[in-house]
Amino acid sequence: MTLIKTEIPEGMEPIYSYPESLTRLSTHYCPGCVHGIVHRLIAEVLDELGVRENTIGVAPVGCSVLIYNYINTDFVGASHGRAPAMATGIKRIYPDKVVFTYQGDGDIAAIGTAEIIHAANRGELITTVAINNAIYGMTGGQMAPTTLPGMVTTSTPTGRDCAVAGYPVKLSEILAQTAGAVYITRESATDIVGIRKTKKAIKRAFLAQIHGLGFACVEVLATCPTNWNLDPWEAMQWSREHLGGFYPVETFKMTDEVKALKV
Amino acid sequence: MRHEETVFSGFGGQGVLFAGQLLSYAGMAEGLHVTWIPSYGPEMRGGTANCTVIVSEEEIGSPIVHHPSVAVVFNSPSMEKYESLVKPGGLLLINSSLIEAESRRDDIRVVYVPASYLAGEMGNVRMANMILLGAFVELTGLVSLETVMAQLDEHLSQRQRKWLEPNYESLRKGTALVRAAA
Amino acid sequence: MTEQLLKGNVAFAEAAVRNGLRAYFGYPITPQSEALEHLSGRMIEEGRVFLQAESEIAAINMVYGAACTGVRVMTSTSGPGLALMAEGLSYIAGSEVPVVVVNMMRGGPGLGNIQPSQADYNFMTKSAGHGDFHPLVLAPASIQEIIDMVGLAFELAEKYRTLVMIAGDGSIGQMMESAELPPMQPVRDTVPEWAVSGAKGREPNVVTSLYLGAEKLEALNLRLQAKLAEIKRNETRSVEVATEDADLLLVAYGTAGRICVSVLREARRQGLNVGLFRPQTLWPYPEERLSELADQVKGMLVVEMSAGQMLEDVQRVVQGRVPIRFHGRMGGAIPMVDEILVDAESLAKEIGQW
Repeated sequence: MTLIKTEIPEGMEPIYSYPESLTRLSTHYCPGCVHGIVHRLIAEVLDELGVRENTIGVAPVGCSVLIYNYINTDFVGASHGRAPAMATGIKRIYPDKVVFTYQGDGDIAAIGTAEIIHAANRGELITTVAINNAIYGMTGGQMAPTTLPGMVTTSTPTGRDCAVAGYPVKLSEILAQTAGAVYITRESATDIVGIRKTKKAIKRAFLAQIHGLGFACVEVLATCPTNWNLDPWEAMQWSREHLGGFYPVETFKMTDEVKALKV
Repeated sequence: MRHEETVFSGFGGQGVLFAGQLLSYAGMAEGLHVTWIPSYGPEMRGGTANCTVIVSEEEIGSPIVHHPSVAVVFNSPSMEKYESLVKPGGLLLINSSLIEAESRRDDIRVVYVPASYLAGEMGNVRMANMILLGAFVELTGLVSLETVMAQLDEHLSQRQRKWLEPNYESLRKGTALVRAAA
Repeated sequence: MTEQLLKGNVAFAEAAVRNGLRAYFGYPITPQSEALEHLSGRMIEEGRVFLQAESEIAAINMVYGAACTGVRVMTSTSGPGLALMAEGLSYIAGSEVPVVVVNMMRGGPGLGNIQPSQADYNFMTKSAGHGDFHPLVLAPASIQEIIDMVGLAFELAEKYRTLVMIAGDGSIGQMMESAELPPMQPVRDTVPEWAVSGAKGREPNVVTSLYLGAEKLEALNLRLQAKLAEIKRNETRSVEVATEDADLLLVAYGTAGRICVSVLREARRQGLNVGLFRPQTLWPYPEERLSELADQVKGMLVVEMSAGQMLEDVQRVVQGRVPIRFHGRMGGAIPMVDEILVDAESLAKEIGQW
């Protein structure tokens, strides 16, 4: 992965450029998927904070398993759901480095529930970005812990019957109750305003870590046009309307110290 | 050759494991090979506790024995369990304050010491373990009483230090009793 | 030399500290919790990392994370906990990071009990997780040996970038014996070039076990197999007692191995030419030497605290050249010297040596 530096002509200020923390590879994500958008937001934040060379990412299992091909930092690959445990191991060795996990909803809210809750509760100084698209994308659109009531998936062919399959997990609301969490927020990366808010939240979450304040998680409402059987535009709208309708976009916990951070 | 395979057995809280450890320390201090292995786990809580101590001039193979050469039994369940297991020619040392039954073995040496009663008379029933260990030392000659006392001084926890002198006294009491009976 | 009376669990934990252990992550489980307790104090005292995880699954993944930074890291557990760690063990093997895991085996299957056992032999040597790999498995028979093996385990783990397991059992964990600890070593401060540390002035490092595409994953597997072959050539270890003139060979490891020392002495007293072969590495199995002995002795008695797991390796090596008998106890029962002796005597009669 070679970085291509854009030459800025003399006397001109760059107002927009390719983030150094992003590699030049095209992503493998489907059209209309927001993984690429959120990857870029993370890269921009790492650039702005000047921490690219001091950062270690932990990749999940799921569609974003190959995130290390796109984010230009050191990376390790976790087993399904265990990214917060791996991140804990790394952060305890390197308290001064920036450690983050990037996880999907199945990874973080089903198989990895124990790991994320205990990492948050320990106030582990890591940052977590959790992508919620209410479905298992990589394995072909099965029910996720976050799948909405009545939503059709390949493993709930007649729609999620909560009496049988259980209820959607509201992860941020749960994490907000842990004593070690300092910043828990839910954003939506499906329109321009939401994307800008998401970036700000991610930056605040990294700053919370860098300032040693505690655990921070940004849950991002996302899309899965392929498994939702919608086109990219419809998927964005569906996400805002249905996911946003069930999972409120709001900040569930922000300590005064986090609020005081200059983002 | 100095070599004994000893089981200490009694209720949890009777100092059974510590008596075994103290013997192990003493054996080590005299340059012998030692192993100490407890029964462990839930059965320790309130039930019987036991440990096997092997002290030998020879490198120790199995740390566990089917037929100990000595059994020091602190209570009736231990008596029931170990009386029949002691190797012929071996020694059964009985805390007769808590064990009413007499041994039916005639192929081993059986010694009765009212250790809990004597310890109570001396001010603390929990020192029965030292009375029995004192008797054990005199009966087997495996290690010297002086070594045991020196090791007690070294390994008695800070919290228990106030009991150092009474423990010494208990050890001497056990030794003296056996000597007097001989 | 300063010998101390040490409990097995405390001994291996302290040995790890003195070998420059940088981080320990674990979850309490009998019969090895004293190790975790010991490290909870000592690691903090030394300014190192100790963390009690929420499960064995989390513990092994914390270990995995720390191992990706190239530091000395370990965990310890017992059977049921090891089963939960199996996922992580496979990722560790696939990512080629050095890790040491101590397993103090207890009676199974299921919750079983907390008494000593050797029934995790197959689990550790042959199927510690999904995929093609073997951990290097060391089997101590005394407190001194487990202390020495901790140092060896770290060396081998780092030399081969591999998973090394120490196969103890409940009685080695709970036993006290006189032993000598190694001198204190500082924590290594160099970072291996493959480790993650922040990509400062270099291309990013990625530590993963994901290799999409059969060609790439087969290439990894071929590399792993070559490494295992090298380990097999260089790191096979065993000890022998009185094998020079032995007609009857006892084969046993760990606690069963030391029990067989007593059997051997008793048998020799009775005029029986018994020897002992005690593998110190369970994987790689000391095949070559055992095979030589199969040409010399007239019968073998395998003793294990299991239904006969190592027995299969002995049979594989011996290939029917001499009769093999088995004495096994299960469920936390410990083989007794007098009972093994009965089997040894009957085998001796069978092979015409008594």
